[in-house]
Amino acid sequence: MALISDGGFIEDAWRRLADEEALPKAGKVIVSLPRLQHALDVLGPEASLGVIVMNTTEPSALIDALPRLGLVSISFPAFSDGRGFSLARLLRRAGFKGELRASGRLVADQYAHAVGCGFDTIEIPDDLAERQDEEQWRAALNVYAMSYQRGYSGRGSILEARRRAARP
Amino acid sequence: MTAHDPEAMRRPNAPTTTYLYDDYDAAFVRERVAEFREQVRRRLSGALTEEEFRPFRLMNGLYLQLHAYMLRVAIPYGTLTARQMRRLADIADKWDKGYGHFTTRQNLQYNWPKLVDTPDILEALADVEMHAIQTSGNCIRNVTADHFAGVAQDEIEDPRPTAEFLRQWSSLHPEFSFLPRKFKIAVTGAEHDRAAIMVHDVGLRIVRNDSGEIGYQVVAGGGLGRSPFVGKVVGDFVPRHDLLAFLEAIMRVYNRFGRRDNKYKARIKILVHEKGIDDIRAEVEAEFAAMDRSVFAHDPEEFERIAGFLAPPPYESLARDSQMLRAAKLETPAFANFADVNVSAHKIPGYAIVTVSLKPIGGVPGDATSDQMRALADASERFGFGELRVSHEQNIILPHVKQDDLFALWRMLDAAGLATANAGLVSDIISCPGMDYCSLATARSIPIAQAISKRFADMSRQRRIGKLGIKISGCINACGHHHVGAIGILGLEKKGQESYQITLGGDPTFSASIGEILGPGVTAEQVPDVIEHLVDFYLAEREEGEAFIDTWRRIGHARFKDVLRREGEDGADI
Repeated sequence: MALISDGGFIEDAWRRLADEEALPKAGKVIVSLPRLQHALDVLGPEASLGVIVMNTTEPSALIDALPRLGLVSISFPAFSDGRGFSLARLLRRAGFKGELRASGRLVADQYAHAVGCGFDTIEIPDDLAERQDEEQWRAALNVYAMSYQRGYSGRGSILEARRRAARP
Repeated sequence: MTAHDPEAMRRPNAPTTTYLYDDYDAAFVRERVAEFREQVRRRLSGALTEEEFRPFRLMNGLYLQLHAYMLRVAIPYGTLTARQMRRLADIADKWDKGYGHFTTRQNLQYNWPKLVDTPDILEALADVEMHAIQTSGNCIRNVTADHFAGVAQDEIEDPRPTAEFLRQWSSLHPEFSFLPRKFKIAVTGAEHDRAAIMVHDVGLRIVRNDSGEIGYQVVAGGGLGRSPFVGKVVGDFVPRHDLLAFLEAIMRVYNRFGRRDNKYKARIKILVHEKGIDDIRAEVEAEFAAMDRSVFAHDPEEFERIAGFLAPPPYESLARDSQMLRAAKLETPAFANFADVNVSAHKIPGYAIVTVSLKPIGGVPGDATSDQMRALADASERFGFGELRVSHEQNIILPHVKQDDLFALWRMLDAAGLATANAGLVSDIISCPGMDYCSLATARSIPIAQAISKRFADMSRQRRIGKLGIKISGCINACGHHHVGAIGILGLEKKGQESYQITLGGDPTFSASIGEILGPGVTAEQVPDVIEHLVDFYLAEREEGEAFIDTWRRIGHARFKDVLRREGEDGADI
């Protein structure tokens, strides 16, 4: 797996815990959603805990846990399945401040979409990272200077810029 | 005289009546071209597989068709300047085979571009403030509007500012570019629906409430294709300042809950049908209530900025009726027929709306040669403030022509082979490209349209029949809108043979209805006979001034079915 952040490939500070693995006392680990409540109960508030969820997960299943989570990873079963983008928006709206990760076969051309919806990092399989290297991911962030939408992250808003220009 | 925008002077030949790109719009479109050029390069280098490349080329209007790539150019809300039309002609000559095809979504298709040329074509489009963004793919498609926008007599408000507002909002939307399926929005601001809003994923009807405030009636879940549905009201009155928030709420509900297990059940119409409109409305309202709407606080200012561009042209003050027009009609019967059939009433005294038919008898519906495109551009500059429209009926509209100029315009059009006086008549047929171009098609459509058109070649007979919409699709995806044709024709394949299913009673307007099947399918050769029998029966049965669909509604489907059954018994083998 390769991890992309701010247009570069980085080391993953988090570790995905298999369901049969014991919960470690320290370190940053990602658990599955069914195991989340147990992990929250067992680990102290100081532990760094992440969760991986399907893109069909209802935000309400996570709301209570969000303040204690350092990471939420959203699975993209196919790169063309855009449900994860809406889920990311909803989690940000619910106040989630930690790392939001998109996990799946996303392509570089979707990077700006992902950042716009609130994702910080993208996790892709190695074979994809070989074809789509760091340079392509970095370039994808800078294709557009601004965007037409309002309230999405990443690029500046064309409408805001127009308003600033129109002010005397 | 209306205010003339000095910014328009930056662009040669620009009328004052269309939206002009500012530096942000221009930069955005250039960035899109650069991105696509890079995507093509990465496809050819293998960085992108064909599967990965596909949604991105589709979102730039590039399809892989039966014989070649097809590039679909966006003509937002069907509005073109003369300069843009000339550029379309130049592209057709340089990179295609000297013609283009105007579509039922007010776009233009080139049928023979090469993949490696498409970035250059997009660059040539960007020069004239055009693009191919979101004319295909599972995203919010090019927004369409009433082709009589701004000039119709029955208008509450010009729908084009709304459509342009939506064009910008929907362009490369971060959240809604990987939807379950395509998403089409149409807008009308008139009392008569010429934009078929009831059969779109979302239809917007501009309305005024009791306190005089402008807002939108929002209809969702309409659509044609293999399961046709008439849309249902999801928002009865959405004030303008809430429009984008409301649409984002609809899009979010659809993006999250629209089916993705079966592409034929992935449109919002299926979600609305399966969950029920009340459930969907509740979901949309809950999402609308939960979202941060403060980001849309300045939308009305932006709307006004856009509306400022789409101002009326500097009309002259004229008498309501033109003596010149009256005299020319008396003198030249062929012109009189054109003026009676292809000219519509304009809201400004002394002006007229002209429909230029792209349906010559026996021709390919919607096709125009590059010379014809240039002739249309010239005509619009001489007689119509340099503005043109594309209608969803696949014709070209000159929206502001002085009645005094109609005869001179007609002569100019006639010289270019563009004076067919059949707008709205039986030979003004909507047709998809069908088996001749499309890889999805199960039967030919263009030759069927041509055969019907030839059968009714007698123009006086056509005028006697009056307004009658025939729509032909070459497969169940229904690109030819056959479901909403007063007479619809659907080409299928049965045991290796083309078989045409006829439907009656479709209606694309506010009184929308889906056509009912007439009987077993017929062969390609039989279609003109069947249509002729149906038309003759209608002529025999109609009451004074009654349109085909009204006769059908009054006397019932069964009577029309009987016509065919009787013909069969007489040995006509239908």
